[in-house]
Amino acid sequence: MSTEIDRQWTTRLRKRLTGKLPPEKLLPDTQPAYVASWIYVFGVTTLAAMGVVIGTGCILSLRGPQWWHESGVGHFVNSLHLWSVEIFFFAMIVHLWGKYFMAAWRGGRALTWMTGVVTFVVSIVTGLTGYVSQTNFDSQWISTQAKDGINATGGGAFFNVLNLGQMLMWHIVLLPIGAVLLTALHVLMVRVKGVVPPFEDTPKTVKAEVAQ
Amino acid sequence: MSWLASLIPMDHYGHYISWHFIQVSVANLVIIVLMVVTFIAALLLPFPGRARRRGNK
Repeated sequence: MSTEIDRQWTTRLRKRLTGKLPPEKLLPDTQPAYVASWIYVFGVTTLAAMGVVIGTGCILSLRGPQWWHESGVGHFVNSLHLWSVEIFFFAMIVHLWGKYFMAAWRGGRALTWMTGVVTFVVSIVTGLTGYVSQTNFDSQWISTQAKDGINATGGGAFFNVLNLGQMLMWHIVLLPIGAVLLTALHVLMVRVKGVVPPFEDTPKTVKAEVAQ
Repeated sequence: MSWLASLIPMDHYGHYISWHFIQVSVANLVIIVLMVVTFIAALLLPFPGRARRRGNK
């Protein structure tokens, strides 16, 4: 018999969340044996690079949108920001190739795959808004080239790459929030469904499903 | 560190490779090749402790 407490939304939500993702599944002690392969390290490499990107971006934001051009510390942090982005995309592409050839959407992992795809797209737009927010000739060149492409889609009326204020706000607020939330959802989905096994370790029922 | 900077002259136009409708800068091509090499290496190189973990399965 359900009590008054059982019917509270907080109780129901907690039971649902802990049912889907108990603490030992959220923060596991061990991983399956098949995870002991270099191809499985690129997801966490991407996450680590993302942490450095956000950390260095926060430092760059401390003194406004131009100070790093005239300071040794600014050059250093700006370089860390750039190179962590390079590693972020490099690792994410190798992660994507690995998961694509593993058909990582198997076994009810479609949402995990799709959140990864959308995160990839959001990251590309975040990268573009970063390039056009550099406040130098490079950003002027990139934004004047990009505006033609975006205007051809009709998106220029809402997303003006020549507007530094708009691009900077998107780069440091809206898109990072989107990328972080999507990444969190992606990682939670990996924890809920588990790391996708290689084909030879796939249970027979899932294999039959893939063959259909 | 100036010798390091002199390895890649930054005050010149970039180098591009063109093939039919495909045009790619040498810098981007190097990155793409490195990603492919990393991907293949990740598949082929043995992971430390893999045999032990498989044995414990």
